[in-house]
Amino acid sequence: MTVFIIRRLLQSVIVVAVMTLLVFAGVYAIGNPVEILISQDATEVERAAAIARLGLDKSLPEQYLAFLGNLLKGDLGTSFVFGEPALQLVLERFPATMELALSAMLIAVFIGVPLGLYAGLRPDSIGGRTIMTGSIFGFSLPNFWQGLMLIMFFAVILQWLPAGGRGVRGEFLGIESSFFSWDGISHLILPAINLALFKTSLVIRLTRASVRETINLDYVKFARAKGLRPRRVIGLHVLKNIMIPLVTIIGLEFGSVIAFAVVTETVFAWPGMGKLIIDSIFQLDRPVIVAYLIVIVCLFITVNLVVDILYAILDPRVRLSDQKA
Amino acid sequence: MSLLSIENLKTHFFTKAGVVKSVDGVSFDLDRGEILGIVGESGSGKSVTGFSIMGLVDPPGRLVEGSIRFDGQDLVGMAEPVMRDLRGRRIAMIFQDPMMTLNPVLRVDTQMIEALRAHGRWSDDAARQRCRDVLGQVGIPSPEERLKSYPHQFSGGMRQRVAIAIALLHEPDLIIADEPTTALDVTIQAQILFEIQKLVAENNTAMIWVTHDLAVVAGLADRVAVMYAGRIVEMGTTEEVVNRPFHPYTSGLIGSAPSRNPRGARLTQIRGMAPLPMNLPTGCAFRPRCDRATEACIIEPDATTPESEHLVRCYHPLSGASDWGTTA
Repeated sequence: MTVFIIRRLLQSVIVVAVMTLLVFAGVYAIGNPVEILISQDATEVERAAAIARLGLDKSLPEQYLAFLGNLLKGDLGTSFVFGEPALQLVLERFPATMELALSAMLIAVFIGVPLGLYAGLRPDSIGGRTIMTGSIFGFSLPNFWQGLMLIMFFAVILQWLPAGGRGVRGEFLGIESSFFSWDGISHLILPAINLALFKTSLVIRLTRASVRETINLDYVKFARAKGLRPRRVIGLHVLKNIMIPLVTIIGLEFGSVIAFAVVTETVFAWPGMGKLIIDSIFQLDRPVIVAYLIVIVCLFITVNLVVDILYAILDPRVRLSDQKA
Repeated sequence: MSLLSIENLKTHFFTKAGVVKSVDGVSFDLDRGEILGIVGESGSGKSVTGFSIMGLVDPPGRLVEGSIRFDGQDLVGMAEPVMRDLRGRRIAMIFQDPMMTLNPVLRVDTQMIEALRAHGRWSDDAARQRCRDVLGQVGIPSPEERLKSYPHQFSGGMRQRVAIAIALLHEPDLIIADEPTTALDVTIQAQILFEIQKLVAENNTAMIWVTHDLAVVAGLADRVAVMYAGRIVEMGTTEEVVNRPFHPYTSGLIGSAPSRNPRGARLTQIRGMAPLPMNLPTGCAFRPRCDRATEACIIEPDATTPESEHLVRCYHPLSGASDWGTTA
C-alpha cells in the first residue's frame, strides 16, 4: 500500500513536469503576451523594459529552466496581468470552485444513486420509466441554456434565489465558506444544480445499468434464499457491488467538474477558477495558466489515488501492491 | 403426511416473445429425510421447480396454478414476510456455480452471520461459534481463519462447501440443491456428494437434488423424477427408474451416459434437439424425438402407474430392462 502510494506520487511528479513543458511550449506558440499587455503607443524603450521585467527577453529553454528553478522554491511566477503571484491568484479562487463542485457531486450522488436504484429495481414501473426519460434531458440539454432557464424561473420569475455571485460567506471553525451562511447557500443552489444535472443523469444511468446487471446474479438470489430482508439484499449485497463502477465514475467526474465548471461559473458569475483560466488564456497570462494546470493536475492525481484506495476497500480482490497503475 | 406435497404446479414466464411454460403441471410428494432427484436437460424446468418452491421466481415468471404444501401450509400465495421466514430457516437452497453464489465483496463470516440473524437474535460469540461448527461439519479445515476470508480466497470446492454450510446453518427440513456438483472436479464432486448424503441423513433433512446427470442421482437419491419440457415424464424409486425405465426418454438418457456402456460401444443418442420452450409440440412433447411415437401421442398422455410407485407419462412405455437402447 505504502509502496503503491509512493510510486504513484513519483509518477505524478513526472506528469506535472511533462505538463508544464507542454503548456510552456503551447502558450509560447500561441502568441506574444507583450502585444496584449503593452499599449500600442508605448515607446521602444518602454517595450524593452516590460519584456525584460516579464522575463520574456530570454529564450524559451532559458525561461523554462528559470521556471523550474522557481517551482522548486514553490514560486510559480507572477501573473503578467495582475502582477500578483500566480499560485496565489489560483488558490484564492480555488475554494469557490471546490464549493461548487462538491455541492454538484453531492447532489449527483445523493439524488442519482437512489433514483438509479429505483429505476433499476422497477424498470417497468411508471416511476422507473419517468426517471430514465428525465435523465435523457439531464445530459442532452445544453449547460449554458439550462443555466439561463434556471435563472429565468427561480431568480427572475419566482425570485426565490439570487441570479449570480457568491454571496456572503459564513465562518465555522475558522473556515470561511458559502456552506456556513444562508446567503452563501442560496447563491450556491442554482449553479450547483446546473452543474449537477448532467452528472446526476450519468449517475442514474450507471446505477440503473449496474443494478440490472447485479440483481440477476446468483449471489443476490442466494442472499434472498437465505431469507434476508430486501433492504439488506439491496442495501448491502447489491449496493456494495455496484459501488465499484460508481466510485470510478464519480471520481473521474469530480475531477472534471472542478476543471471544467467554466460554463456554469460564467453564467452565474461565480468567482471560481474557471473564469480566471478563461481570462488568462485570452490574455496569454502564462504563469496563471501554468499554475492553474498544476493545481488541476495535482487534484486529478489526488482524486485518482483516492479512487484506487477506495477500490481496494470495496473490492477485496484488488490488491494495490500488485497493480501497475 | 409428507413434508412437501406439490400438486399440479405451473410456473410460466410471460416474455415478449410468448409464454414459456417452464413448469407445466408438476406433482410430487417428498417425505422427511427423503432425497428426490430431479433429472432433465437444460430448459426442462427442473431448476424453475426448485425456485418455485423457494418462492424466488422473478417476473416475468409467475406461478399460475397448483399448490405447494410444505409441512401443512400452502406456499403458493403466502405473504412474503412469512415466506421469507421459511427461506433459509426451514427450506434452504444450494446453487450450481460456487464461483457465483457467494458475494465477492463480503467476507465469509458476514455472509454466514447475516444468514443466522435473518432468523433470530444471535450474539456475536454464539453466531461465530455456530458458523465454525457448521464449517467444520462440511469439512473446511481451520474454520476460524476461513471465516475471515473472502470468497476469492477459496477454491471452487471449498466455496461450495461454504454455500452448503450456509444452507445447513438452521438445520432446515428441506434443502433444494440445484446442480451443486456440476461445476466441480469429479474428485471434489464425489467428496461433496458423500458428505451431503451423510449430513442429510444425520439431520433427517429432505432434499431435492436437481441435476442433468443421472449417474449422480443414481448413487444418491431415494427416488427419481425425470422431467421433460416442464412435465415429469417418469418418477419412481431410483432403482426402478434406472434399471427398468418405462419412458423412452429416460431410456435414452440412460443409454447416452458413457459410464453405463461397455468400453468401445457406441453411445446411443436421443435424436433431434430439446424442443424450444416457446413452441412445444402438441401432445407428448417428446413425440418428435421418439421412435415409439404413434398417432396417439398427439394427445397429451396422462400419468399412469403401471406398477405402484412407478409413474410414467407415455402411451407406449417400455416394459423393462431388455428394452434398453431401442432407439436403434
